[in-house]
Amino acid sequence: MSNRPLSKRRTVITGIGWVTPLGHEIETVWKRLLAGESGVRKTTHFDASTFPSQFSSQVKDFDFAALLGDELAKRHETASLNSKFALVAAKNAWQCAEMDGALALDKTRVGVYLGGGEGPLDFESVAAAAIGGWDSNDGGSLNSVKWAEVARERLTHMMELEQDPNLAASHVAVLLGAEGPSFNTLTACAASTQAIGEATSIIRRGDADVMISGGAHSMIHPLGVTGFNRLTALSTRNDSVESASRPFDRTRDGFVLGEGAAIVILEEYEHAKARGAKILAEVAGYGSTADAFRITDIHDQGRGAVAAMRLAIEDAGLQPTDIEYINAHGTSTEENDKIETLAIRSLFGGTKSAPPVSSIKSMMGHLIAAAGATELITCVLALRDGILPPTMNYQTPDPNCDLDYIPNEPRKAAIKTALSNSFGFGGQNDTLVIRKIKG
Amino acid sequence: MTNERRVVITGCGVATPFGIGVESLWDGLISGKSGIRKIEAYDPGGFDSVLGAEVPEFKSRDYIPKNYRKSVKVMARDIELAVACAYEAVKDAALVTKCIVDRDESDGPVTICPTRFGANIGAGLICADIQELAGSLQTSGNHETLEFDFKQWGQEGMTTLTPLWLLKFLPNMLGCHVTIVHDAQAPSNTITCGEASSHLAVGEGFRTIARGAADVCICGGAESKMNPMSVMRQQVMGRIVSGHDDTPEAACKPFSHDSDGMVAGEGGGLLILEELESAKARGARIYCEVVGFGAASKITSWHAPDPSGRAVSLALKNALADAKISPEKVDLLCAMGSGICGFDDSELAGIRTAFGDRKNIPAMAIKGSVGMGGAGCGSIDLASTTMAMHHNTIPSSKNAASSQTDGLLQFAENDPVDARIDVAVSQAYSLSGAQTAAVVLRRYEA
Repeated sequence: MSNRPLSKRRTVITGIGWVTPLGHEIETVWKRLLAGESGVRKTTHFDASTFPSQFSSQVKDFDFAALLGDELAKRHETASLNSKFALVAAKNAWQCAEMDGALALDKTRVGVYLGGGEGPLDFESVAAAAIGGWDSNDGGSLNSVKWAEVARERLTHMMELEQDPNLAASHVAVLLGAEGPSFNTLTACAASTQAIGEATSIIRRGDADVMISGGAHSMIHPLGVTGFNRLTALSTRNDSVESASRPFDRTRDGFVLGEGAAIVILEEYEHAKARGAKILAEVAGYGSTADAFRITDIHDQGRGAVAAMRLAIEDAGLQPTDIEYINAHGTSTEENDKIETLAIRSLFGGTKSAPPVSSIKSMMGHLIAAAGATELITCVLALRDGILPPTMNYQTPDPNCDLDYIPNEPRKAAIKTALSNSFGFGGQNDTLVIRKIKG
Repeated sequence: MTNERRVVITGCGVATPFGIGVESLWDGLISGKSGIRKIEAYDPGGFDSVLGAEVPEFKSRDYIPKNYRKSVKVMARDIELAVACAYEAVKDAALVTKCIVDRDESDGPVTICPTRFGANIGAGLICADIQELAGSLQTSGNHETLEFDFKQWGQEGMTTLTPLWLLKFLPNMLGCHVTIVHDAQAPSNTITCGEASSHLAVGEGFRTIARGAADVCICGGAESKMNPMSVMRQQVMGRIVSGHDDTPEAACKPFSHDSDGMVAGEGGGLLILEELESAKARGARIYCEVVGFGAASKITSWHAPDPSGRAVSLALKNALADAKISPEKVDLLCAMGSGICGFDDSELAGIRTAFGDRKNIPAMAIKGSVGMGGAGCGSIDLASTTMAMHHNTIPSSKNAASSQTDGLLQFAENDPVDARIDVAVSQAYSLSGAQTAAVVLRRYEA
């Protein structure tokens, strides 16, 4: 069933911006991805030196005031780190789209749809209250009265406010004056792909003409790493951190936690044409499904993943054979890479007929809620330049993963369509299809 | 848009301080009960207020199939609320889902195709169970200086947390558990926009069905703020009422000049939205039609609400324009009415702008009796609005003062009022962020 309403409004991408572990500018990061560079280093946000995973893919050299400009940075100075990432990415995407001054924009027709994560919690204050509130009598329990005494002293208004997951979207709305529909979705690792898909639908149905969409997240904080370490989802290759993320390789042992933001400016096609905007690509198709299977496991046949890809391709009015490149979710976990491979094989009718597939998580790490948007921007650049980014750290083939993963070297290919997958914990599957169109 | 598929509400499931199920909510509202009491979930003695709006004791295991009961151990209370609401909503709509079949409550097979059944469930920032987390964190803490030893935590401390710990607190887990239990495989979304979440989720569910990506969507939201961490967060953000520990029923006063805060609460609601022809084909009872959705955003300061209420007015205008209904035709407005003074003023200003010359708009604002449960409170409003239309009755709005709205809103202040309601609007905004949303409901005539 096509998602397309009868009015046939089309949604195109006219601006892109990101803040990633490999840099803050579109072209620099793209060059590094094609050169196979890794953003993974020892974790410095906190002392992780005894954690099972002591490394991550942090954003580096992030000078907020320099990147956003002093005046704007001051207006948003209380923002949490992920909101700051979102602000810089949004400003750059907006500039890329040449929105300022291009025409008298009706700001009530400009909306925001992010897959933004929660702001990092004020860990040391939470820990202090927990320690101070602990009553070790009778085997130990929390005394909520003692806890509250410490908590009320340590927790602050702005730190708590900025933790709410809709704050990044709110900051972006303020920055760009957007007064249209505003949303934040948090469907785990699928969030920003879902955000872009839903924002595409909002433009198609006519509720807005421009949507600022994408994601922002940082879970590189003590409880984030703890949570993923307890799930044994992270790589623990502390001795070779730059090659720890190795999607589809037989020796993969988990994902590498990353952080950052990626924003796309989505615009109704006629609106973009009327103002002479440079059109980077069309968001041609979106598919979204739930596995409805298990909280802890992906459906063993990739049922939801297959359906999401199929729906996205149908929504674009294409056939699987039209897809020329897949930017995989490819997390470097045993289960995801195996089942994503199975799902691609099953939809495309076998290993031979599947298009080339790569995972930039081999270099970026996994930006969780922001991952999908960085990957969609990568697809836009691949389409623009006719070159596909590699899957790095691919050395040992896995019999369960037998697709063409563009191993270790980028590949020239003048593609017109690309598909990007994102799958979230709990069985959230979202797929986008983009297509080159004449500006 | 022509040829758009029409969407109706065929079921409501709620968890509120009045109990589980939409009948307890409606009964509580029309009988003028208050759900606000001293908090029992923990000792609230060290807080500015001891008051809360807790959902009476329930067990989520009673709302799922037997073979799913082991999953309860990875459910935060927010998830348990959602699971209870989902069962109630499905039963209220007389749908047969996998859950109903697995519980041996149906003679026949499922009545909804899983790949045409979606979900959009608003969620909050789910707070860790502080009792559980503190038990782990304190193993790596210096009890004199309250300093935390990261090295100790990395080596040993963290192993005291259960391996699946993180999964209890991911906001999308409300939707994941619900879609697993009921086998809903169509688009599944989780909106996290504070108190506007439920309205945004219902609006998006409405659009998902209209665009043809699903025939049925279970949507709304749920959240619990009834834990020390959540209440403390609201307290440091200056939102909690104080000084009413002995007069809980009078604590929260929506739209009153002497209101000084909200009462934190918990709860949720899930509505069954269904494509009209699909509902008719199975002979479903139709409560009403969803005819309009609007959303907007605006924030002027991180410290105070926008005095002009622009985002509230834009959401209302967008929703009414979407429904092609003029403001004069609105028979009931369900306002958010947090009881927090500046926010109520902002909301009133927005309503005034959207409704132009109208005076004495029949209205309801129920936070005075059900408290503020975050992402779930909007769907309690939407379920209440649906019931008001269904029963042609406007329930009383506890402690809400029409006289202090400058003639704009007319609440039923003591007793419920009989009124034919053909068109109703419910709207909500996020306390922390910029988001607002409104949903327009219309009486459905076969």
